[in-house]
Amino acid sequence: MPAFLTIHWDALGRILAGLVLCPLLFGVINRVKAKFAGRQGQPLLQTYFDLARLLRKGAVYSSTTSWVFPLGPMLGLGCTLAALTLAPLGGQPGLFSFEGDLFLFAGLMSLGRFATAAAALDTGSSFEGMGASREMQFAVPAELAQILGFVALAQATGAYSLAEMLARLDLARWQIFGPVLALTATALFLVLLAETCRIPVDDPNTHLELTMIHEVMVLDHSGPDFAFILYGQGVKIWTLGAILTGVLIPARGDALSAAALGAAGIFGLALIIGIAESSMARLKLLLVPRLLVGATALSCLALILLLR
Amino acid sequence: MLSLVELILVGLVLTNLVLLGTSRIGLCIRMVAFQGVGLALLPLLGHGEFTPTALFISGATALLKGWIFPLLLFRSLESAHVRAEVEPYVGYSNSLLFGVAALAISVWLGSRMPLPGSGVPQLLTPVAFFTILVGLFGIVTRRKAVSQVVNYLVLENGIFAFGAVALHKAQFLVEMGILLDVFVAVFVMGIAIFRINREFDHIDADRLALLKE
Amino acid sequence: MPVRLTILAPAAAGAAAFVIPDNRVRRRLMVVTAIAHLVFTLMAFRAPARQMFDGALQLDDPGRLFLLITSVLFAAAAFYTAGYLKREAKGQRQDMVEGRIFSNSPEARFTGCLLLFLAAMSFVCLAQNLGLLWVGVEATTLASAPLVYFHRHHRSLEATWKYLLLCSVGIALALFGTYMLALSGGGEVSLGLPALMAAGPTLNPVLLKAAFVFLLVGYGTKMGLAPMHTWLPDVYSESPSVVALLSTCLLNVSFLAILRVRQVLCAAGQADFGNTLLVFLGLTSMGWAAVFLLRQTDYKRLLAYSSVEHMGILAFGAGIGGAGMFGSLMHLLVHGVVKGAMFLLAGNILAAYMTKNVSGVRGLLRALPFSGPLWVAGLLALTGMPPFGAFVSELTILRAALSEQRYVLAGIFLLLLAMAFIGITTAGMRMAQGQPGANAPEAGKREPWSATLPPLALLLAALLLGLYYPVPLSDVMTTAARITGGF
Repeated sequence: MPAFLTIHWDALGRILAGLVLCPLLFGVINRVKAKFAGRQGQPLLQTYFDLARLLRKGAVYSSTTSWVFPLGPMLGLGCTLAALTLAPLGGQPGLFSFEGDLFLFAGLMSLGRFATAAAALDTGSSFEGMGASREMQFAVPAELAQILGFVALAQATGAYSLAEMLARLDLARWQIFGPVLALTATALFLVLLAETCRIPVDDPNTHLELTMIHEVMVLDHSGPDFAFILYGQGVKIWTLGAILTGVLIPARGDALSAAALGAAGIFGLALIIGIAESSMARLKLLLVPRLLVGATALSCLALILLLR
Repeated sequence: MLSLVELILVGLVLTNLVLLGTSRIGLCIRMVAFQGVGLALLPLLGHGEFTPTALFISGATALLKGWIFPLLLFRSLESAHVRAEVEPYVGYSNSLLFGVAALAISVWLGSRMPLPGSGVPQLLTPVAFFTILVGLFGIVTRRKAVSQVVNYLVLENGIFAFGAVALHKAQFLVEMGILLDVFVAVFVMGIAIFRINREFDHIDADRLALLKE
Repeated sequence: MPVRLTILAPAAAGAAAFVIPDNRVRRRLMVVTAIAHLVFTLMAFRAPARQMFDGALQLDDPGRLFLLITSVLFAAAAFYTAGYLKREAKGQRQDMVEGRIFSNSPEARFTGCLLLFLAAMSFVCLAQNLGLLWVGVEATTLASAPLVYFHRHHRSLEATWKYLLLCSVGIALALFGTYMLALSGGGEVSLGLPALMAAGPTLNPVLLKAAFVFLLVGYGTKMGLAPMHTWLPDVYSESPSVVALLSTCLLNVSFLAILRVRQVLCAAGQADFGNTLLVFLGLTSMGWAAVFLLRQTDYKRLLAYSSVEHMGILAFGAGIGGAGMFGSLMHLLVHGVVKGAMFLLAGNILAAYMTKNVSGVRGLLRALPFSGPLWVAGLLALTGMPPFGAFVSELTILRAALSEQRYVLAGIFLLLLAMAFIGITTAGMRMAQGQPGANAPEAGKREPWSATLPPLALLLAALLLGLYYPVPLSDVMTTAARITGGF
């Protein structure tokens, strides 16, 4: 084991909690939307049922696809899980941490996206190609915003690993760097919406291929493959949410209560996402890059405020 | 902790980003009005004493930039029957990217040019440069006369912010800045009276840009 | 007292012109004011400098020189304008370019703004405080905008809009520069020239340089230095000739503003920085103008680009420094009178031929027995032919560049002058020679005196400046060159 790498075995419990709880996030979001729409809504555990059903089924592969196609969901989920092991929850470190792991984190996110897009292109369908192209187009500013936001956090805390960074973000630091952290958090929230394909960037419930982004990429996946994608999506919300709430909730107590607070924060975030999805419409496709470039500008501004 | 002055400066940057990214002229006018009101506080905050001159400058700025100009601009927007779109030559995303680049350039310039004297936030020069750059960019890349006036106001706001914070010992100079507003009044009159919708194609589309080589 | 009156008299007359209902009285008032202004200027020219308003206003030698050329040009313009306004058709009429109907803006407004414009320019010449200088330059912009929009058609509206927008951006940047200049002294040094120059070496060098850049760009926009000159050809081609003539004063006055800032820069020991920028902008303007002068099809725009070129020469001479500064001031005088004459002649040609196209004008020498030969003489004067003054001034600048051993710059300077010469004379001589076409006025029709005497007088002055400088004038010029050149 290299010397620079730190392994926190106590993080296993937190990761396990994330793995178990993340499908519940969809349930919360859907329940909030249903309440806003005045509906009963599907059961909170619906995503678990869906996953179980999908896993029991077999997968259908088109004869035009190659080995890239089944690899996509697996690699995508793998990357997201790897990212989860890096992500601290409630200021408590993830499984691994080392100096500069924030770049590995961003890299894993984009590798996962690449895998999904490559699988989509492999089908040879024009719709999926369109989705992949949109996804990559939005990824450019989103990634930039994310990395700049991380760098701003690193600059504000003087630490270069995600775990250390978030551990140092306490109330005192919020008092010093309040506006900077608020800007970064806004940027990271916008990135989260884009990465996890929520309104206003993308509508996960749409059934009109022309307006779909992420959903259209995964149209051809079925059975366990689709289960991987669905689950990967949940893990992604959890991971990014863990980092965002780590920034937003600066309470740092003993390990267990902090982690519990962090998890509660993620569910609060799901609540907010649900409210946002119920109260606003999807942005015009042309406006999405503008939103994400705006997020980049916010991160950049935060960084500049720190560097001055 | 950022002081109130610095918060206003950060607000200036944020509103500038909105100006670069929005397609609605109405929103642009509102953003500039916000900037004006924020800037009006600067002469009072700069040195913590409420001299009559500072109060006068502050009041005049708030009145002009925060109320009269937006009002006039909205009026002329209606009277000239302009569509409420900005219609830029450079797209909104690219404008925002320009904003990021301009921010970086401004910070670089600001670091090259440390302001003497105490009590002047280091953020001031970069923010002033950034606002000026955004204003210039807007004047060049926005097609309509109204947007050009709005962006001229942004340019002016950047200069005013610089003067109001850095030159709190020479109020006379800051007062001169208010004279610059006269131009805005002239422009607004120009739009309202002569119905200049766009810079070049204010008459027929086929008579575009007659004056050129 | 006469110094004060150079501002007060035109300001009062300008205010009065707005309310005088009778056109003839108003025109007479304008001419009388112009003469009075010239008399006051000449009186002040010999009088020792006196401080006014705690030294905020004072007529020093550079101011004298610029005030003189402004006053002379305005006098010529006033004579010409009185006749021009009489000849201008009343009411609605057809635009000669596009055939649309247009009318003039009210004559009272035109005359009033002319006089206020003169007052603002005199104010700039007198200002000894860089803050007041800025206020004066802003006032010139505001006063001159309605002049451009005299013929109320959409081309002049476009020109006015461009003029206002570009110049006010320039003014705004100049204000930013002024703020920086004030800040370079720690925000406590006043912006009075003597105070700034006394504090010279203690000024913060970085801020001072930044201030100079902004002021140069700001005032350079008004002076018509490339690449900020784009308003200039439009304004010159769309406004009445008189306004074009007065714009020449405006360019000069903006040059004075730049020189004032340079004085501070020299006092702070940063002259080299400013000189490099001035030389660069000067050559850029000359080059830019030379390109557009070749194959130019509109003779009013031809003259406009020639103005850009000459402003380039002024900046180049000032940037070379030493004797170049002196040459630059000589050139300022000569260019002022020659360009004034040329604009008035262009106005005569336009009135006779009803077209601004070079190709539409043939046989000037025969068709217009007065304006034609004057036009040819003016072309020679403009391109720096001996015995006109421009030859001497350009030679002085060239010699200064050579004696400073800046051979490459001198070479470029000569090349660009040659290009401009080719461009101007090709178009100008084509207009002068040949048989008058169908649109020419019938031969033997006498031109009015008010249209031919002012250009004649101005060209004579240009000739005189090539042969002989009166002692008081050369004294003032030497001192002015010493003050503005910083040696």
